[in-house]
Amino acid sequence: MIKLSARGAVFPWRGLACALLLASLPLWCRDRYILSVATSIGIFVIAAISLNLLLGYTGQLSLGHAAFFGIGAYTSALLSLGFDLDLKFAKLVVAPKPVWIAFIGAVIVSGISGWLIGKLAFRVRGAYFVVVTISFAQVSRLVALNWVDLTEGPMALNSIPPLSLWLPGVGVMPLVTKAAKYWVVLVFGIISYLAVARLVRSRIGRALIALRENESLARSVGISVTHYLVIASIASAAIAGTAGALYAHNVQIVDPDVFLFVYTVTMVIMVIVGGKGTLAGPVVGGILFGAFPEVLRDYARPEVQWIIYGVAMIVILVFLPEGIVPALSRLRFWRARTAVVSATGPTLAGKNA
Amino acid sequence: MDQFLQHLANAAALSGTYALLGIGLTLVFGIMRVVNFTHGEFYALGAYSAYGLVVLLKLDFFTSLVLAAIIGFAFGSVVEYVLLRRRKLSDIDGVMLIMIGMMIVMQNTEQLIWGGVAKLVPSPFSQEPLVWGAVSIAPIRVFVVCAALVLLGGFYLLIERTRLGTAMRATFQDRDAAAMMGVNVSAIYTLTFALGASLASVAGALLAPIFVVNPTMGDLASLKAFAIVILGGLGNLVGAALGGIALAIVEEFGAGYISTDYRDALGFLVILLVLLVRPQGLFAAKERIG
Repeated sequence: MIKLSARGAVFPWRGLACALLLASLPLWCRDRYILSVATSIGIFVIAAISLNLLLGYTGQLSLGHAAFFGIGAYTSALLSLGFDLDLKFAKLVVAPKPVWIAFIGAVIVSGISGWLIGKLAFRVRGAYFVVVTISFAQVSRLVALNWVDLTEGPMALNSIPPLSLWLPGVGVMPLVTKAAKYWVVLVFGIISYLAVARLVRSRIGRALIALRENESLARSVGISVTHYLVIASIASAAIAGTAGALYAHNVQIVDPDVFLFVYTVTMVIMVIVGGKGTLAGPVVGGILFGAFPEVLRDYARPEVQWIIYGVAMIVILVFLPEGIVPALSRLRFWRARTAVVSATGPTLAGKNA
Repeated sequence: MDQFLQHLANAAALSGTYALLGIGLTLVFGIMRVVNFTHGEFYALGAYSAYGLVVLLKLDFFTSLVLAAIIGFAFGSVVEYVLLRRRKLSDIDGVMLIMIGMMIVMQNTEQLIWGGVAKLVPSPFSQEPLVWGAVSIAPIRVFVVCAALVLLGGFYLLIERTRLGTAMRATFQDRDAAAMMGVNVSAIYTLTFALGASLASVAGALLAPIFVVNPTMGDLASLKAFAIVILGGLGNLVGAALGGIALAIVEEFGAGYISTDYRDALGFLVILLVLLVRPQGLFAAKERIG
């Protein structure tokens, strides 16, 4: 019940300090490799934040999240490259659009797909819901692979333009340096974090948490289950689509592999290890599991790394089912409690991590 | 018409395999309420066992099938004992995530041991197809269907006619009541999981000469198994067998008359449709979905 009592500032000073520290990375670290790794970690953190909204706050185990990521990536890539489609009854020609228009298009299209899937999938629960979401991701992947006229199939979409920035006096400037790409991802990371933080502390968030804790009870006090779950699904998909669009313009190539189940699993591991249902959880989990491959790169082959992730996931689920962040905050809460227990008396309203 | 008959023969050949994949998964879900993501990895384990036994140890294919079943059974009981014994199985999502973790471990271990290059297992039968009118079919496929029928029949008898089967069905219906009647529920769980793993392993070994053996083969097998089980209704044994036939028909005729590219996609579209129209599965009387 910790989450219900949190009424503190959405963005406390500690968060601001963290953001500034992260923002200063390109200033003291000139290593281009590290910066590009940090950028891709950031993209995965955004995806994990979006998944956490479903996994952590609604309690629905969505295992098709890579689909929204992929739809965002493909939409932004296609709109910025332009495409023509020869449908049987009409010819559809879309001229290349400016990157930010394409980017916004990606957010909208993935949001719409989230609405669609939410409407359909939330008619079932539990194992059935999981299978619907997995099937949706598989269908998306097969469409991306086989609709060669639109997606180029396994040949992939190449030379996607990078994001750009308009500055007064300078004009439109493509963001090609590693530092610029990093900052763009960081900005969107912070926006996503704040958006989710705002959402879960609103009326909607309280309804979602009530649903997660006891669906029948929530229903009985008049919470419209499907309505709120669909809202969560739209928001989650739109944020995942944002991450996908950032990915497309960052690596400048998109192929059907973005829909693979392993990416969904990676996001799930990040959320679970960090702590589902906490705001900081996916960030911590995302940074840990984004940095792991780089640390392990010299010592272990990719298969061995994956085995380590799998084992880590099982160990965390067995011994620390809430994840790292709730465990740490409980530890701190206990210390604080033993220090000032007589002054404040026992309170359950712990700090929201 | 000839083409239609050929598709029908292909669908029949495929449905045996699918039914085998499906009943293993549905058994574990029905009795334990565990969504077994490692199912496809046991299928891959069986295929690699067949490769190791037939190609490396030069054993007979049929002996290898039996050994693959034993390997799957042994490994399945170890996985169940280590990961699921003492777990609260009512936490469906938590258990599902543990199984996903195990799936990652198993798949990458296969990759580590055998490498990413696909392996071939020679067929014990002649390559010459059996021709019957306009329909031709490879002998190995006929054998697969027969083996699947024997296994399915055996399982049906095991569940319906033996003391063990009665204990399994009792656990399926009400685990606490079964425990009070003296059923060793933990042992039933381990046995169920091991049997499911063993079935998947046999399916993998049976199909090894038809398809190539590679480390990611389990992914598609898992997804297909889910599709079959959903079609038949989770936890419904006869439904799973019928679901296997239904999926085989949809895929084979879809590939034949609509598009081969979307062969696998059709299966998933069917799952989506079935879940939306009839969430309890095509062949189930009633099943809670909440």
